[in-house]
Amino acid sequence: MKYFVNEISKDGVIAVDDTILVKGTPASAGSKMLENFTPLFSAEAVERLEKAGYGIKGKTNVGEFGLDLLGETSYFGETKSGESLVSAGAEAVKAGEVKATLSVDFNGYPRRAAAVSGVDFIKPTYGTVSRYGVISCVASGEQIGVTAKNAEDIKEILSVIAGHDEKDGTSLPQEKYEYSLTDNVSEMKIALVKELYEKASSDVKAKIDAYKANLEKLGAKVEEVSVDVVSEAQTAWQILMAAETCNNVSRFDGVKYGHRTAEYKNIDELYVKSRTEGFNFLTKATILYGSDVLAKGKYEACYDKSLRLRRIVTDKVKEVLSTYDALLLPACCDINYKSYDILESFDKVFEESVFTAIASITGLPAMVTGGVQLVADAFKESTLLSIADTVEKEEA
Amino acid sequence: MKYELVIGLETHVELSTDSKLFCSCGGHSSPKEPNDCVCPACSGMPGMLPVTNKHAIELAVKAGFMLNCKINQYTTFDKKSYYYPDLPAAYQITQWFHPVCVDGSVEIGDRTIGIKQIHVEEDAGKLVHDDATNTSFVDYNRTSVPLIEIVSRPDFRSSDEVIAYLKKLKSSLQFAGISECEEGAMRCDVNISVRPEGSDELGVRSEIKNMSSLSEIKDAIEFEKVRHVDAIERHTEMLVQETRRWDDVKRRTFPMRNKETAADYRYFPDPNLMPVIIDDEWLKEIRASMPATAEEKGRVYEEMGIAAKEAAVLASDRKLCEVFDFVVAEGRNPKTVASWILTECMGNMKRLELFSLDIAPEKLARIIELVESNEITRAAGKKILSAVFEKDVDVDKFCEENGLNAKIDEGMIQSIVEKVIAENDKAVGDYKSGKTKAMQSLFGLVMKELRGTGDPATIRTLLEEKLNA
Repeated sequence: MKYFVNEISKDGVIAVDDTILVKGTPASAGSKMLENFTPLFSAEAVERLEKAGYGIKGKTNVGEFGLDLLGETSYFGETKSGESLVSAGAEAVKAGEVKATLSVDFNGYPRRAAAVSGVDFIKPTYGTVSRYGVISCVASGEQIGVTAKNAEDIKEILSVIAGHDEKDGTSLPQEKYEYSLTDNVSEMKIALVKELYEKASSDVKAKIDAYKANLEKLGAKVEEVSVDVVSEAQTAWQILMAAETCNNVSRFDGVKYGHRTAEYKNIDELYVKSRTEGFNFLTKATILYGSDVLAKGKYEACYDKSLRLRRIVTDKVKEVLSTYDALLLPACCDINYKSYDILESFDKVFEESVFTAIASITGLPAMVTGGVQLVADAFKESTLLSIADTVEKEEA
Repeated sequence: MKYELVIGLETHVELSTDSKLFCSCGGHSSPKEPNDCVCPACSGMPGMLPVTNKHAIELAVKAGFMLNCKINQYTTFDKKSYYYPDLPAAYQITQWFHPVCVDGSVEIGDRTIGIKQIHVEEDAGKLVHDDATNTSFVDYNRTSVPLIEIVSRPDFRSSDEVIAYLKKLKSSLQFAGISECEEGAMRCDVNISVRPEGSDELGVRSEIKNMSSLSEIKDAIEFEKVRHVDAIERHTEMLVQETRRWDDVKRRTFPMRNKETAADYRYFPDPNLMPVIIDDEWLKEIRASMPATAEEKGRVYEEMGIAAKEAAVLASDRKLCEVFDFVVAEGRNPKTVASWILTECMGNMKRLELFSLDIAPEKLARIIELVESNEITRAAGKKILSAVFEKDVDVDKFCEENGLNAKIDEGMIQSIVEKVIAENDKAVGDYKSGKTKAMQSLFGLVMKELRGTGDPATIRTLLEEKLNA
């Protein structure tokens, strides 16, 4: 399996998704548009890892701008394990190529990737890890997260990269974060999200059931709870995501860097042809959708309403989390994905986003472990890490 | 029928910050070479995030205070999307939903002009077209330089009011250190319509975009007035709401291509920038740092005994004020200083075609001190001042090297006067036979002998005494 689109150092221990910048190494974000784009600086998270002695091994392949299901829209080709679609970043961890992979999570791709590859991934609370150096699509919800084999490794790497960065205006003021693996799971109450459990395939339901049994064996209480805002979260997030993505990728226009069409008669043609050639179907569809929801006359009904829905969803989820320590829910519908043609993929991405939208739109921390997803209140990464670690050690 | 103009202005002013609005590149002091002052952030590279320059917010709030605005203590930045090569990220960060200042006013003579809002935004870059090679070049030096846009209400009724407003705006902004208002750093969009005098309804509106010279603005308004009135009275054309541009060569406005103006900018709040909260304490600090306005300054000068008209001229220009205040603080007589600045300095500025008074104020202070203490004559002082303007000479050194500092006593003048009278029989004769003009040539000869160092009044008195003896 080819893990890296660009190798940096054989001795490196960290893989970095191609949506995150490493100075001097091409960063293409899986897009033809940025095939030959080499950044002048590294992401803050990368800098912090290097400073702490963690070398970067290489850049892992991602779907175009990280918008898709499992990397299938990458200009450099999809990554497969046998007949199954997988992501290079999660597989590199699984194979022991690297200790951890950094990915950008806004539409849930690294969460799905961890679930299908059977490794751990955490998307920390929004604002705790600097987004400086991320090829940005959705500023209001994207976060750099960590994929690793277990909770212990995640804790180690997350501790290095989290903390205030003055170069990111959305970075929270706390300088450093301490994470724990030893919160007492036996006293925890976990809410199994009814609406999402019902949407999952029987394979995934079995995974959830098994995880639930493990938690109960450890003394935790698991109760089925209705969180009746899941489809609102999905739709609102789709609107916010498309709008912000449309705006953020508009800088890729063939003028300054990246792909420029061979022949053009004027500036409009340069724009249209470069972008037509440089983006794939999923990105183009997102651009069209995003520019529509921001259009004059639709802004209030679509974008503005989604901002308000974001608050309603957040209130609802926080209300549940005031009684429960964490939510238990699927990370994706299936445990196995095949290759899709681009149109199927487009539908599939929307369908699957229902499982990941809750943590994305609220900015709450989410962790994938044992093929299931856990979501906790803001800054409660230790709750998630402790659950994952305790269950992992129990099973071992 | 009599018609009246209805005009509203959108004025863009470059802020005097040390760095750009969202990155640490240098701000208003424009660099010389294209793309000298550019970083990954202001050239729209992926991965860079904007961080708000607080000084720009402070300057905007100051402008708000000056124009009697309400300050929005919760203010946000929004994205305005459009494609143009001079806009590297394909969006401009501006304030659409919550501008920093709203609902102000400014007095122009006996009229009050309403200010709808003042918002902060980033400037775009510059396109340079080379016709020879049919190529366009982009210069990003100006991208993300902070601007404020001051939006007036449609309260102007004549081009004179517009010009008076812009002049006042310029001097106030310079005064408060908000903007240098250098050539081209203040740009105006003029919204103009015409209606029968006394009517409450608004006519069809034209917007003339992006003008920076006052004479251009005045001419464009006058042109539009005639065009609108002709259209209404003589049906020369059908007026439509449109955006136009002023052609300085053809001396008229032209409609801009529809395509350039029909954009939907798709405004939405910029999620990369948290709302800026201007708390009471910060607001108090900004207010405390406000300098006096030109009017306040003028009043202070009048109280020093300077004539109203002269005080107003001094107060209208920050550089003049700076020099004046400095020299007066050195203990010189305010009236004398005003006269030196308004006559001698401005004379030199005119002669050398300088737009601002850029001399070291210590030098002017020293010259005036020497003259006031009769160490040198006023004429010598003027000579030194000219040299300061031309070659930035050292006052005392120049004085000594040119023999200007010799203390001239009456005895010496007396002997020169006698010498000149003895050597110029004809002029003396002319004077005595009633041609008083001859006095002037004798006076000139004495001055020449003294190399301009003698006190003119003393020379004149001594000459008259001798000639009339």
